[in-house]
Amino acid sequence: MATETVRRPARVRRGGPVRTSEGRRAEARLAFRLLIPAGIVLLVIIAYPVVRAIWLSLYNDNRFGTSHFIGLRNYTRAFTGTGSDDFWSAFSFTTLLTLVTMVFELVIGFGMALIMNKAFRGRGLIRASVLVPWAIPTAVSAQLWLWNFNPNGVINQVFHTSFIWTGSHWPSFWAIVIADVWKTAPFIALLVLAGLQIIPNEIYEAAKVDGATALQSFRRITLPLVKSAVIVAVLFRMLDVLRIFDLPFIMTNGANGTETLSTIAYKESIQQIHPSYGSTLSTITFFYIIVAAFVVNLIARADVVKSAGGGVK
Amino acid sequence: MPRRPIKFVLISAIVALALTACGGPSGSSGGGGGGGAQGTGPITFVAGKDTSGKYPAVIKKWNTAHPNEKVSLIELPTAADAQRSQFVTNLQAKSDRYDVLGIDVVWTAEFAKSKWLLELDKSQFPLDQMLKPAVDTGMFDGKLWAVPYDTNGGLLFYRKDLLDKAGKQAPKTFDELKADCSIAKQNGIDCYAGQFKKYEGLTVNFAEAVQAAGGEIMTDNGTKVALGAPAVKGLSFLADGFKQGYIAKPAITYQEEESRTAFMSGKLMFLRNWPYVYGLASQSDPANKVKGKFGVAPLPGFTGAGSSSLGGLNLAVSAFSKKQKTAVEFTKFATNQENAKEMVGLTGNAPAWTALYNDPDLVKKFPHLPILLQGLQSAKPRPITPYYQEVTTAVEDNAYAALQGQKTPDQAITDMTTKLNEIAQQGG
Repeated sequence: MATETVRRPARVRRGGPVRTSEGRRAEARLAFRLLIPAGIVLLVIIAYPVVRAIWLSLYNDNRFGTSHFIGLRNYTRAFTGTGSDDFWSAFSFTTLLTLVTMVFELVIGFGMALIMNKAFRGRGLIRASVLVPWAIPTAVSAQLWLWNFNPNGVINQVFHTSFIWTGSHWPSFWAIVIADVWKTAPFIALLVLAGLQIIPNEIYEAAKVDGATALQSFRRITLPLVKSAVIVAVLFRMLDVLRIFDLPFIMTNGANGTETLSTIAYKESIQQIHPSYGSTLSTITFFYIIVAAFVVNLIARADVVKSAGGGVK
Repeated sequence: MPRRPIKFVLISAIVALALTACGGPSGSSGGGGGGGAQGTGPITFVAGKDTSGKYPAVIKKWNTAHPNEKVSLIELPTAADAQRSQFVTNLQAKSDRYDVLGIDVVWTAEFAKSKWLLELDKSQFPLDQMLKPAVDTGMFDGKLWAVPYDTNGGLLFYRKDLLDKAGKQAPKTFDELKADCSIAKQNGIDCYAGQFKKYEGLTVNFAEAVQAAGGEIMTDNGTKVALGAPAVKGLSFLADGFKQGYIAKPAITYQEEESRTAFMSGKLMFLRNWPYVYGLASQSDPANKVKGKFGVAPLPGFTGAGSSSLGGLNLAVSAFSKKQKTAVEFTKFATNQENAKEMVGLTGNAPAWTALYNDPDLVKKFPHLPILLQGLQSAKPRPITPYYQEVTTAVEDNAYAALQGQKTPDQAITDMTTKLNEIAQQGG
């Protein structure tokens, strides 16, 4: 069945009588067989853990005895039961963190990309140095920022203050935002830069000839043409921040309402050894990220279509 | 086309190889020794990162004497939480890779109940010559599961120079400590700090405050919640400290190292910390502003001396080890008095052996040892319960909320009691 649907359009497209249908069928069979190993690998490393986690989330946790099936009770515990305070706190914190860091990273990253895209002396040096934060592992940069934000740390010494950054909710929130933006704005810059470099210079020159101002050519040429690169960057960052772990774990260990979906899932499954409830939390996170990615994709596409329509008019 | 089948075979072979490689090591774990310790041969000793060279020293001695039963050291991360994750992952998988386990005192009950540890024969260890509170941390359900390698208790570090100038002695009670805060104020420094970040250290500091008021967190193998009025009194002392300013504001973010740095930079008058600070604060270092200016005292309490929470490391033998006889022998060797003395000499850590606190060689090098002994004799282990991780989370959450002023101490203790009762009742 599958081979036939593959084969038919191929024959129609080729339309050549040279190859026998027997040969083409053999080729399709071979293609299928060649895909089997890759398929198995995908099943083992992606499908199995996901299915297993979902399955595990339907059982109760019993450290020193045997677990039994409890249906969706772990989920009601997270949404409305004893775990709901922690869950919704982590959910809203993660979501807010995602939105805020993405806005800052996009603006700053875009700026960096525009600078890196200009031809000037020492451009190579700037490009390399902008990327340094991105090259530092997150755990290391988290530790670094923890020291910076220490009551006796660099930031307080520079400003001659004694502000306690990681001792209450909002300062902790901004401390994490700053650390995250510092580290990943270069990543956005890199993706946007790639998008910028595809735009041919002739378009800008033509705009200049037509008397467009710098702002006009940025809005009418740069933005629309770099959009797809930006969307990819936004998607990447969103998927990343929604499962953020290292920064809050190291900088605050979840104190003062800075627990994220990933830190509570880790703490339940690894520290408390509640693998079932931990799986429940990871499964919820998993579906939340899928839905979020889907929605962003939908909005982005609608936007692209809309602006394409606008272009015609 | 002869090349295609070859490619297919090649890819399949690579995939098959990758798959079997993944499944390889975990398949080879076997059942433990059953009754008694059996099996000899080379073993591993697994413990948190050691910067003092104490493990290599004892392992070298053992290996010279036992060439066929050599011990190799596996170092885990420095942070206790990360160590525990490593142990749990390995032991849950029934791996025989770890033979002798260097475990934090608070994990013994959990590991024993999970059937991850080999029960040890009490008669083979001279437990009566060791500090009782330290030995208690290795017991669960009346059986011995782990032997103390070293122990640890809190001390009060204080600025002797400033107190001397004011003609005062080290405070013995919290009231005296609070009264001395005026001296700190005159000198423009903060008064008191412990470790109040939301992590294990907070549980330690909370437990000590509760014990100072004559209470405990849990009793009877973690089946009974004690807390009550002493807990409210202890927690109020800490919460009021932040409110009234006798505890340094930044201490809400302090772990051991941050608080040590604050003390050594001369910004703090009183510090509750572990004995390791003694050695560092005695060293010449541009960042150390308190060399020769500080003293140590037992922890203060409400009416007299306080009571320390117990830290330290216990040695245990994995139930999945295939060389348990060697593992038990090495445990005996590493914890004997001679090696304990050597360890103390290298590190300044507190030994489990009572006699060593008055050992002239050691006291000469570490004058704080006799003071530490006073504190350790009244020290209490943190709750001995297989659900320790859940217990400490409940304690941290509520104590932290009280310190932040989000809950009154009364409310925090009520909530903590409810949560701990839930944990205690989830079954034996």
